[in-house]
Amino acid sequence: MNLPAKPNESNAAVQNLHSDAYDWTNQCVKCGYCLPACPTYESMGVESASPRGRINLVKMAAEGKIDFQKDLAEPIDLCLGCRACETACPVGVPYGHILEAAKEAIENSPSANQKNKMTKIKKLALVHLFPYPKRMNRIGSAVQLYQKTGLSRLIRSSNVLQKVSPALAHLEQALPAIEPSSKRIRTGTIMPAKGETKLKVAFFTGCIMDSMMSRINRLTIELLTLAGCEVILPENQNCCGALHSHQGEIKQAKALAKRNIQAFMQTDADVIVNNAGGCGASLLEYGHLLADDHEWAGAARVFSEKSKDISQILHQLGPLPFTEEWQGIVSYQDSCHLRNVQKVQKEPRLLLQSIPGVTYVEMEGFDRCCASGGIYNLLHFDESMKILDEKMKNLKETKATTVVTVNPGCQMQMSIGIQREGAANQMKSLHLVEILAKVCGLD
Amino acid sequence: MEKEALVDLCQVIPGDRMFLDLAERYCYSYDASFGEYLPEVVIQPKNAEEISEVVKLANTHKIPVYPRGSGTSLSGGPLPVKGGMVLDMTLLRDKLIIDRENMLAIVSPGVITADIHKKAEEAGLFYPPDPSSSNVATIGGNLLENSSGPKGLKYGTTKEYVIGLEVVTPTGEIIRTGGKTVKNVTGYDLTRLIVGSEGTLGIVTEAIIRLIPKPQSKQTFVAHFNHLIDSGHAITSILSSGILPSALELMDNACIRAVESYRPSGLPLQAEAILIIEIDGHPLAIEEEINKCADICRAEGASYVKIAETEDERQTIWSARKSVSPAITQMGPTKISEDATVPRSQIPAMMERLNNIREKYGLNLVVFGHAGDGNLHPNIITDKRNITEMKKVELAVSEIFEAAIELGGTLSGEHGIGTLKSPYMEMELGITGVNMMKKIKEAWDPNNILNPGKIFPDKGQTRVVLVT
Repeated sequence: MNLPAKPNESNAAVQNLHSDAYDWTNQCVKCGYCLPACPTYESMGVESASPRGRINLVKMAAEGKIDFQKDLAEPIDLCLGCRACETACPVGVPYGHILEAAKEAIENSPSANQKNKMTKIKKLALVHLFPYPKRMNRIGSAVQLYQKTGLSRLIRSSNVLQKVSPALAHLEQALPAIEPSSKRIRTGTIMPAKGETKLKVAFFTGCIMDSMMSRINRLTIELLTLAGCEVILPENQNCCGALHSHQGEIKQAKALAKRNIQAFMQTDADVIVNNAGGCGASLLEYGHLLADDHEWAGAARVFSEKSKDISQILHQLGPLPFTEEWQGIVSYQDSCHLRNVQKVQKEPRLLLQSIPGVTYVEMEGFDRCCASGGIYNLLHFDESMKILDEKMKNLKETKATTVVTVNPGCQMQMSIGIQREGAANQMKSLHLVEILAKVCGLD
Repeated sequence: MEKEALVDLCQVIPGDRMFLDLAERYCYSYDASFGEYLPEVVIQPKNAEEISEVVKLANTHKIPVYPRGSGTSLSGGPLPVKGGMVLDMTLLRDKLIIDRENMLAIVSPGVITADIHKKAEEAGLFYPPDPSSSNVATIGGNLLENSSGPKGLKYGTTKEYVIGLEVVTPTGEIIRTGGKTVKNVTGYDLTRLIVGSEGTLGIVTEAIIRLIPKPQSKQTFVAHFNHLIDSGHAITSILSSGILPSALELMDNACIRAVESYRPSGLPLQAEAILIIEIDGHPLAIEEEINKCADICRAEGASYVKIAETEDERQTIWSARKSVSPAITQMGPTKISEDATVPRSQIPAMMERLNNIREKYGLNLVVFGHAGDGNLHPNIITDKRNITEMKKVELAVSEIFEAAIELGGTLSGEHGIGTLKSPYMEMELGITGVNMMKKIKEAWDPNNILNPGKIFPDKGQTRVVLVT
């Protein structure tokens, strides 16, 4: 699965852009209704950073008027992929699909020879890291060791990371404390429901969630069993492939999707649950990803139909048996992929509002991307921080002491925002599962 | 563009607001209409002084200048048809002052129109012009194109609200027209001349717009008609009864079918027309007026009349109208959206003519619009890659304009002339009428720098050419 694309296949990617994606770009009537929805158009203020501009550029590239690498690559790369434009579009242009087709074509275009260093590192991670749970876990353990030994304090006080890369320094500080691997619930396990079994669910562990945020995964499973789910953790599941398709590595995304479908279809679960908005969106789109693959299309569709976010399941089976109160104002930052792709908006809010003691305050621009965008905040640090700083102004207005998200990237990004504001003493960023687990007496 | 001109421009505009690369230039090559023209350079000015300098340089080097807002124009108003420079005005958005005492708003041209609505309403005031693009479009674009929307019937169009301007002239001077007073008869009314000039006579850098008190309340109802002619009579009867609705919208059968297949909501498929009527004002007055309008519709043969009791019901009625644009684009990728306008007594006759055109050319033609003011939107849905059909569209478009003019109407009610309707100007105004306008343009803009290629047809151009 790691083989580079053969020349004829690379042409196929460009060809694809000329067929399906080109038709999609032609659906755009250029009305501009997407402009106010786009965070990068707002922060950068140029048409090439807007959905309408990007769609038109893809069209121009397909028509051979501009070059994939020289002209199209940068505007496409600067897109967060939050897909808020899809919600705003009156004619339903499938922007996400255009974006992915464009990325694939850029990756495989004949002029794709002068890749920069970042792209090589990116590729290395995508191809050799995320797809392998064991390798991810080893990194997780290494980071845990790094945090536990006090090395992290040493590094922070020396400010060395800041000098190497402000983006990495921010990320290092935003990383949650990693649990020892002994606490991790292994795949292959089946956890019985506490009390009556209301639903059989299979849990999608994710790659980063599993290695870096295994605590949230553990709490997710405990919440699910508490709510009456028998939780199956299918073996041989792996990374959802979102990062791959976002970077134009469609071939690898498909291979990962197939492995997941195989792993989950072997279980008899009613629902496939995930706890990361970005992964969830990717799982929901397996049906689309494999639509042309006769052997897999049917199974992929079934898989996608079964895929649900943790908030949907907890809300469906609720109310949760709360044992504690949560004091203070809580606000919620939508995960773009949960909101705009999975169309889940009310469940996380209802769950938060149901917590005893919580004062829930909606922030202005809650539906605006926080600019974490997968690894966007690493690749485009300055642009990302510009958008985040605007968001923090809105968040401060709510006087919230807790900001809740349903995606690891968003959660870390909000932590970075809190650090940048110097507000770590007044505010914290939590995953929905963490706050719910706490008030249910799990920890 | 000559290198010398570019060097001069660099002295005035910093590099991060001046774009020469192909991708960025292609991003300013279109608007929401038809056609694609590549500018040579895109500039994002930040104030009137910069614009003045740029325009002066443009005169020195004879480079066309094309100002634009958010590019939502449906007539090609901002398209850089002769290359040159595009001035993206969206960064000029620092000023949005509501002067409550004088009931005015003072605004920068890049301010989004919906933001003016919002700010005005917060102060208990009202800025009525409400084009459907108001969440996206800039006020500068709105007033240069003189855009309108459903409230034109009662409240008039943008030009009725602009009373003062700061303008960079086509030769680069900065002038002020009008002012802060509602009454102003000093000299020629340059404000009115510039508003609706489609950016050919000046670049607006600040506008003073009049606000009115916010209506206390509004009510809406919908009426279905089995015969189009009856809906026409209902419109005239309502308007001659002394009631002035704030909106009076019409959808024809093709529209109804399109909306119903796009988002089924129980619209009557057999009806030839639907009218949506909204009345605003004092709650007691509108209660009486809305019932009277409903009675008139029934008397004129409406098969169904429903007055919205709740805000939800009101939204449901409007959502059918608002679904028209997305619904019809499902029928094909290319939408030619016209805004031929006739005296309202001629609406039934115009609908008849449009029907004949639809049948003659076998095109996907739907009609909706602001019937109360005679502003209809015949839309032809097609695919520009289908050359044979596009040739038919060209002929159909010509016939639509001929019909509007013959019935005593006009080429454009709210979209402007731009590139798409310029060939028909003489048909409406006559050669002398067009020449009078051209003389004004020549006097203001001797080098033909500002937005050339708009409003006036090229020599020998007698009808629109959509495909070559």
